[in-house]
Amino acid sequence: MVTAVVNDQGTGLAAWRGFRPGRWRTHVDVRDFVQGNRTPYSGDAGFLAGPTERTRTVWGKVSALFPEERRRGVLDVDAATPSSITSHRPGYIDRDRELIVGLQTDAPLRRAIMPAGGLRMVEAGLAAYGYELDPRVREVFTRYRKTHNEGVFDAYTPEIRRARRSGVITGLPDAYGRGRIIGDYRRVALYGVDRLVEAKRAERAALDGAYATEEVIRDREELAEQLRALGELKAMAASYGYDVSRPAATAREAAQWLYFAYLAAIKEQNGAAMSLGRTSTFLDIYLQRDLDEGQITEEEAQELVDDLVIKLRIVRFLRTPEYDRLFSGDPTWVTESIGGMSSDGRTLVTRTSYRFLQTLRNLGPAPEPNLTVLWSPRLPEPFKRFCAELSIETSAIQYESDELLRPRFGDDAAIACCVSAAPMGRQMQFFGARVNLAKTLLYAINGGRDEMTGEQVGPKLPPPAGDFLDYEQVAAAFDRMMDWLAETYVNALNIIHYMHDKYAYERLEMALHDHPVKRTLACGIAGLSVAADSLAAIRYAKVRVIRDATGLAVDYEVEGEHPVYGNNDDRADAIAVDLVRSFMAKIRRYPAYRDAEHTQSVLTITSNVVYGAHTGNTPDGRRAGRPFAPGANPMNGRDARGIVASALSVAKLPYDDALDGISLTSTITPDGLGRTEAERVANLVGVLDGYFDARGFHMNVNVLSRATLLDAMEHPERYPQLTVRVSGYAVNFTRLTREQQQDVVDRTFHGAR
Amino acid sequence: MTTGAVSGWDLSVGVDGPGTRLVVFTAGCPLRCLYCHNPETWRMRDGQRMAAGEVMAEIARYRRFISVAGGGVTVSGGEPLLQPEFTGELLRRCHDLGLHTALDTSGYLGDRATDAMLAVTDLVLLDVKAFAPVTYRRLTGGPLAPTLRFARRLAVLGRPVWLRFVLVPGLTDDPDEVDGLAGFVAGLGNVERVDVLPFHRMAAAKYHRLGRPFPLADTPPPTGDQVAEVLARFRAHGLTAA
Repeated sequence: MVTAVVNDQGTGLAAWRGFRPGRWRTHVDVRDFVQGNRTPYSGDAGFLAGPTERTRTVWGKVSALFPEERRRGVLDVDAATPSSITSHRPGYIDRDRELIVGLQTDAPLRRAIMPAGGLRMVEAGLAAYGYELDPRVREVFTRYRKTHNEGVFDAYTPEIRRARRSGVITGLPDAYGRGRIIGDYRRVALYGVDRLVEAKRAERAALDGAYATEEVIRDREELAEQLRALGELKAMAASYGYDVSRPAATAREAAQWLYFAYLAAIKEQNGAAMSLGRTSTFLDIYLQRDLDEGQITEEEAQELVDDLVIKLRIVRFLRTPEYDRLFSGDPTWVTESIGGMSSDGRTLVTRTSYRFLQTLRNLGPAPEPNLTVLWSPRLPEPFKRFCAELSIETSAIQYESDELLRPRFGDDAAIACCVSAAPMGRQMQFFGARVNLAKTLLYAINGGRDEMTGEQVGPKLPPPAGDFLDYEQVAAAFDRMMDWLAETYVNALNIIHYMHDKYAYERLEMALHDHPVKRTLACGIAGLSVAADSLAAIRYAKVRVIRDATGLAVDYEVEGEHPVYGNNDDRADAIAVDLVRSFMAKIRRYPAYRDAEHTQSVLTITSNVVYGAHTGNTPDGRRAGRPFAPGANPMNGRDARGIVASALSVAKLPYDDALDGISLTSTITPDGLGRTEAERVANLVGVLDGYFDARGFHMNVNVLSRATLLDAMEHPERYPQLTVRVSGYAVNFTRLTREQQQDVVDRTFHGAR
Repeated sequence: MTTGAVSGWDLSVGVDGPGTRLVVFTAGCPLRCLYCHNPETWRMRDGQRMAAGEVMAEIARYRRFISVAGGGVTVSGGEPLLQPEFTGELLRRCHDLGLHTALDTSGYLGDRATDAMLAVTDLVLLDVKAFAPVTYRRLTGGPLAPTLRFARRLAVLGRPVWLRFVLVPGLTDDPDEVDGLAGFVAGLGNVERVDVLPFHRMAAAKYHRLGRPFPLADTPPPTGDQVAEVLARFRAHGLTAA
């Protein structure tokens, strides 16, 4: 690994006044800075400040635009300017009042076009909202400049196209930005761009002696692009009147510099998930210094965080209505990872961890930024209680196991999207969406034919014979079908990421990573509980096959009882565990692009509704078209023994075979947590402690009653900020389609018996 | 080997005693409360015959979770004191494991609870369904006296009690009766809190499945104001009520 040495000269010393020295001063090493300078906080929330008049005014101005945006789908689009770091003039919400400035375009909520990922997506997105692409842009991106999307389809095989069309492989980032890459935006604040340029130049120079293989050439070109992007970042900041070539000298500058870096990324990439990283404890060091120096008050510290969060709440991308249906609304996954423990045993919770969460009160609940608490039973008790309190109040927080993350990714890791972890600035992922395991099982039963169309999509393998499904036969056929699926899938992903690197490279985000970077190929599975319950039915009950005239198995009759996944019953849970293990093993067999490490997630985002729509009747009794359970969740309504048994089933899934994350969304009614507010808080803390102690990885916590949701369906105007955690992220409930709302209402609500 | 008739088990949070609890529902109950929401637990013969050891094996799987999360084991029913030996053994063995134990009972068969059983019971969830003998009988089909006798005995033994009172409009909401109960309970000295549970009709589907009429099918749940008023009556006697 090349170590970039930073020249310790210039304005660094003034900006770094009062900071304890360490390796970070001579190397780009934000973790070392955080470790050496943070102020752990184990007190309670009593110090927090409410929203100021200024915060209320700025938030009021943006909020006033939301109803119109909701009505029209988008508030406005600039259909003539392909977005880049420097493409747009400065934009403001309220120039005199904003503390942190910078918008994606020249006006709030005005969306930009990013054709490098795919022109079709841009055109479809524009058309859906009554806009037309500027003809010059179309000409450039058809005649002169190829897109990622075109590149992918040039290299796809007929087999991949069939698998993609049938929905057995789905959600692939082949028509838009892949996202899920988090630049270490903190670097810009700590070092200033000039030092980062210097470090990048050193990394680039280290390649000068290398023989020009394809790999080396690509690395050099990418590093050159990264350097260019850093230059553009400076120019963009300068257009707002800021000089980010030097390090940030105050908390306000640190937040501003960090935000400019993030803004540059989202001006250039419309990745599905554009996460922020792990910034709160980093910013705390600056806030604490300013507080200690008497430069700001607590109210002003909170105001700064509130203002930054307002910006994060209005990140927008132009997407198609189909895309929004897939992902339930308009998510951007601006994930911020909060809390956790340091490997030295002290907590990484600081006052600013509280301040970030406090925005849920100061600005009201919202789905973005995607506030993610890295939970450990060892976190300070008052912080745990504060999180639980806010979860009960807002249902806007997700929790991930710091105890599973730290040993694998270190104590400076952040979550991208919903559940994907990576150490900041050192690792990136090739996002790979997911395959539909439930549908694959049906392919196994049908010898590779699609159960809905009858088309031969998978390989023509002998289907299990007879009127009743034999477990051994089905399991063997399923295993062979998963072999085919894994190969086709990794093939598709390699193509996608080759083309994305080539035509839509994340210059700025990668400029904020070390070189060389570690890469993962993040595969994924959907329909786990349907597949597991189907296999349990075949194994423990009798499943009769109903075939149509062409011999296609189209329905199943289950005779007798069988265990189901989600009740801490090993008979069914072991089937789910085995599926995760065996599919991971199959994925690993196929070499990944750029030697990426294979991983997988058990995560559906909210596309469990759409995947279900594309999957026929299944042997577990689920009807064709009905939604799957989200992520690794047990099937809705089948986890009958309460939230704990349900969670313990999910906790059995082996994280080491699903290092891209395992998502569980739990919904509990308020009275299902206790009879008083204090009890509910204590009990939720207990459940989280118990779940993460049992090696659970992730839990979305919703504390809601079904009645509230039903009322919100009928009277959306009364619930403009009703936030519901779905599958690794949160959505505004009233922005869901009717079908998705119904899916949320139909989920298991763990209540008082 | 002690065996018992078990209707099922469940994990609940914050409703059957403090924290996360494994709740064992025994089968069989001598009372037939009009609002009963577990009609599947009425008859012992509808339960599953299980050895205490089998139930303990299930409990063992949650021991770690329960101790990390905070909570314990609750033996509920049915009426657990209909099977005092079985219930006693479960409570003793849980107690030996260091788990917090709770007994959820109407107290009607309180005489069957030995002092030894109560010594390993950390908390009694005592359901006093009404305070006038005639109301009690109309509601449950049985007499009130054994329950009050059990309540006094628990007070003498100094065992902690959480009183449970189901509020049913038109049935258990008579202000004088509520006051009478509150006064009695406050006088015991060992009642740590009073849970006023609003009647609900969520069990209607279970009755339908069992082919039995749900006697309170047309009774509305109490309003928030009604619940608040009853809570106030308990609190007026210096009790902690939620």
